[in-house]
Amino acid sequence: MLLIYCPYCEVERPETEFHNGGEAHIARPADPSKTSDEEWAEFLYMRSNVKGIAVERWRHIHGCGRFFNVVRDTVSDKILKVYKVDDPMPDLEALAKEAGR
Amino acid sequence: MSDLLANDVITPDAGETPLLSLPDVSILKAAPMTRLSLRLRKAAIPAAGEAFGANLPVTPLGAEISAKRAALWMGPDEWTLLAPEDELQAVFDGIEAKLDGQPHSLTDISHRSEALIVSGPKASWLLNTGIFVDFSLEKFPVGTVTRTIFHKSPVMIWRTGEDTFVVEAWVSFMDYVAGILVESAQELAAA
Ligand SMILES: [Zn+2]
Repeated sequence: MLLIYCPYCEVERPETEFHNGGEAHIARPADPSKTSDEEWAEFLYMRSNVKGIAVERWRHIHGCGRFFNVVRDTVSDKILKVYKVDDPMPDLEALAKEAGR
Repeated sequence: MSDLLANDVITPDAGETPLLSLPDVSILKAAPMTRLSLRLRKAAIPAAGEAFGANLPVTPLGAEISAKRAALWMGPDEWTLLAPEDELQAVFDGIEAKLDGQPHSLTDISHRSEALIVSGPKASWLLNTGIFVDFSLEKFPVGTVTRTIFHKSPVMIWRTGEDTFVVEAWVSFMDYVAGILVESAQELAAA
């Protein structure tokens, strides 16, 4: 089981308290009526699905209820960084180097 | 039995026999109480605390208690407010009046959950049979409150004393939570 640090509760908790919310930093098109079907499908369905450093949303559903972002190595399952939803995406290359990948 | 009293908001239900009474841990049903869910933005926190009669804690997992009032941190913009059962309308109206014009959500959830008082030197041991949280006093000091999972049921745990915990679960899950707690405690009786 993963132990995940919630940046709002400021504690590490077991994975069972959380829910994975898919890839992070996917921006909804500002004006959906102006996007083509292809662009809309791209937004709805296409994800990077990386083997390695992934940026994900997680929700502390059985805690504070908040969404936040997690940088996780999908190979080792190691969590490299946790940050609040308003914070910018961290430098993934630097995180990967730190983790020795 | 006064040492089992959690505080003046959470009191054992006088009409109920204890669910469990062992030398090292006991489980009592708490009497019904007023429970309100309050959600609002930072700017309204002081006014809401003033109207309620206890400050809204802003420290994660924190609780603030005053006479017959408890404000429990549930999230950065969410609190559970506890008060005696017969003060529901007065507390509700008082907060609504004070927050008039400020965006907020105040909901009566008094009947959504029930509370147990789990008390005794083996109380944290018993909770840990179904909860993956470190209940050592360093990591979970007196006054800490959190939502978590007990086996498969969402629960709220509030440590009101070194050996006393309030365990809240939704009404329809309470038989499950109380049942498993009592059953797990049989291990202590057997030892
Ligand atoms: Zn949280």
